[in-house]
Amino acid sequence: MIATIAIGLAAGVIAGLLGVGGGVLFVPGLVIFMDLTQHQAEATSLLAIIPVAIVGAVVQDRYGNVRRRDGLLLGLLSVVGAAAGVALANALSGKVLQVGFALFMLFVAAQLVRRNLCTHRDTQPSPSPATPPDAET
Amino acid sequence: MPITHAPSRTVKLMAIGTLAGLFSGIFGVGGGTVIVPLLVLWLGYGEREATGTSLAAIVFIAAFATAVQAGYGNVQVQDGVLVGVPAVGGVLVGTWLQQRLRSRTIALLFAGVLVASAVELLVR
Repeated sequence: MIATIAIGLAAGVIAGLLGVGGGVLFVPGLVIFMDLTQHQAEATSLLAIIPVAIVGAVVQDRYGNVRRRDGLLLGLLSVVGAAAGVALANALSGKVLQVGFALFMLFVAAQLVRRNLCTHRDTQPSPSPATPPDAET
Repeated sequence: MPITHAPSRTVKLMAIGTLAGLFSGIFGVGGGTVIVPLLVLWLGYGEREATGTSLAAIVFIAAFATAVQAGYGNVQVQDGVLVGVPAVGGVLVGTWLQQRLRSRTIALLFAGVLVASAVELLVR
């Protein structure tokens, strides 16, 4: 129970900070602490991502950081890829998928290190949101 | 005519969407690790705009992929709720932090957690 709360909180914070779903933490967390198989963990991660992405997108939209049309297009244009990806995942053995996922995590880690050590873009705080969530007095 | 610009943009969005969908389906993630850098590189997005738009796209991507995975009987609803509910609290903290501080330290810390988890998965 404590493990699931910790996994969830950490994945959520990362999702908000980096604009991802948090699956890169959900999946290993579910495998390591909840003893799910790799296939179950991936499927369950996808379910957990939905509320995270909804809340994250709504909050980011209030800060004016969502280009709604592009976000919608991206989402709708992903259907074929998502269906193909799920089919491929289910065609692979759990062990192959797990090793593949570990390599994916290393790829994400390398990307994060590169982006955060080599660029200096966008490091200033945002202006206040158009409708401040906590200033309605 | 402005139409010369529009198709290439749509094609880029389609490529990003398809790639993100593939990553999402194969690895059980949202696809943000593909979407955010490509929006910045290909479409000139700022970092925060890219993360915000990525989250919006992920709502649809994760919903599609979950539906397909449910067909395979892999979705464990109770475990999903157990990690998903605290994650909603986490995302509020994460987006709040993102507007106020440089996320470099947290991103590097996160990279360390990823490497450790990857090793754990590999030796399992």
